[in-house]
Amino acid sequence: MAETTRREFMLGEGSGTGSGSQNLHVGMGPAHPAMHGIIRITTELDGETIVKADVEIGYLHRAFEKDCEEGGYNNAIPYTDRLNYVSPLINNFGYCAAIEKLLGIDVTERCKYIRVIMSEISRICDHLTCIGASAMELGAFTVFLYMIKAREFLWELVEDVTGARLTISYGRVGGVKADLPDGFSAKTTKAFKETREVLDEVHRLLTGNRIFLDRMVGLGALGREETIAYAITGPLLRAVGVPYDVRRAQPYDVYDRLEFEIPTQKDGDNFARYLVRMAEMEQSMRIVEQALARIPGGAINVDAAGRPIDPAAYVDLGKQGKTEGLLLVPITLSPNLQGQQRAALERVNVHDKRVVLPSKETTYGSIEGLMNHFMLIMEGSGIRPPLGEAYAAVEGANGELGFYVVSDGTDRPYRVRCRPPCLPPMAALSRMIEGGMVADLIPTFGSVNMIGGELDR
Amino acid sequence: MDGAAVLDAIRQRADVVETHAHRGDATVVVTREALPRVLALCRDEPALAFDMLMDLTAVDYLKYPGREDGPRFEVVYHLYSLAHNHRVRVKTRVDEDDAVVPSAVGLWPSANWFEREVWDMFGVRFSGHPNLVRLLLYEEFVGHPLRKDYPIERRQPLIGPAQ
Repeated sequence: MAETTRREFMLGEGSGTGSGSQNLHVGMGPAHPAMHGIIRITTELDGETIVKADVEIGYLHRAFEKDCEEGGYNNAIPYTDRLNYVSPLINNFGYCAAIEKLLGIDVTERCKYIRVIMSEISRICDHLTCIGASAMELGAFTVFLYMIKAREFLWELVEDVTGARLTISYGRVGGVKADLPDGFSAKTTKAFKETREVLDEVHRLLTGNRIFLDRMVGLGALGREETIAYAITGPLLRAVGVPYDVRRAQPYDVYDRLEFEIPTQKDGDNFARYLVRMAEMEQSMRIVEQALARIPGGAINVDAAGRPIDPAAYVDLGKQGKTEGLLLVPITLSPNLQGQQRAALERVNVHDKRVVLPSKETTYGSIEGLMNHFMLIMEGSGIRPPLGEAYAAVEGANGELGFYVVSDGTDRPYRVRCRPPCLPPMAALSRMIEGGMVADLIPTFGSVNMIGGELDR
Repeated sequence: MDGAAVLDAIRQRADVVETHAHRGDATVVVTREALPRVLALCRDEPALAFDMLMDLTAVDYLKYPGREDGPRFEVVYHLYSLAHNHRVRVKTRVDEDDAVVPSAVGLWPSANWFEREVWDMFGVRFSGHPNLVRLLLYEEFVGHPLRKDYPIERRQPLIGPAQ
């Protein structure tokens, strides 16, 4: 075969394809600033048009499912943090829900509310990150900074409750690690006020912005039938007009008692996904506000007469020796154990000694508590669900997050399967970008909100 | 439709090995030969209308109490119907020396990557799959890590780009 000369190549007269031009193969990633995480997209370009795209994943595979089989049921919770690392709380609760279903236990009322509140705060964080990053890639760096600022307020709330910003490990089978801290409600109100201001600003900056619209409207669209056939859930499914949301379709925790709307759009393009996410954040805040207003169980620290008491004042009284009226009152002293005292733990955890660790006072204060603690911690003991299998789904920020768990009756899960919400859209990504311009790959990929941790597990 | 009605509807129209509803999850076990028909029925029967293949995975029952001698792998399909808001789990069992299952890509495109992942992790093949290559691991990887006889400590060299 005659060698294509430079001239032939430049003029597109080569004999290579017979069409008079040659397609160019361009690889994006695995390490590319716009590939959130590491992923490789090999594109075949005709000029600037993507003729064919091949998506390759797996660069962040960390054997999550294999690791889960190696430890006790609660040992997998830190691994679930690292699935979707932008909204780790939802992963925690999704995993716990599957184990609880397997065990056949129902968590306490207060715990359900806490799970709803923390899940929704995480969902807002996730959407803020997604929209902020996509906007930044289109040149709107201001939006990114605003949204990260808002996320910071919310992560401070998360830090107040869980002690960490990202690797929170807050869920427990049968409950949560600790109760909500004092003053959480007021802090949330303040953070939401700031977040709403940011969202207003972003709406003004983006929603009518000509440059943004040009890059978003009509691009990356996937039809309704195809979206369903690819089992895509979450904002991408709602952007084609299907109001499917696990929180509404198969309510868990207390979602059936809270009022919220499921925002949908018609077009299924990048802009529709953006609008759905923006509207969902407002709905999430609505849910949290309702849940905070209705959450049962009042202040954790009360004095002998049952009046709420501020822990700081309590400590001051104790230092002055004025302990007379304070005897036999549960107190909060160590910040490390905040929300972990017996009274608080009993409120947020199932009363089931086979599942939930006793409080520190019980462990160190009574032989039964110590034995109970050992029976759950020792190798070969721990939580033992009966033989069987269960699939539980929660609404993750990207769609249905499912955990399928098989138990063989021992203290280790026999099989843990995570149904990652962003795998189906990634499988369909090549369908979304083929036929479009190479530059439009970036906003489309951004709108999918790929999270490497849960995609590759 | 609730789980029991879904199971009844499938039982009436297809051969099933067993059904159960442990913890409220309607589950139907079918033979490999009956699987394509059952899956097609689940998708196309208007009363069932399972339009989404939510998840597809496998379980290796090599070390499961009471199942050591039986068929080693179970391929698990989680179906969901948007129209009726109901779910069903379809399972089929295959032996290690003949670990091949008919592909569901023709019914739901979402099966494409899920089946690649099952091949990658369990070494179960899907006949009729358009492109059955590993999804998460690299082609040079030896073995299938989610099999129960694959030791978690095993290390394999990371293979760089082809020379």
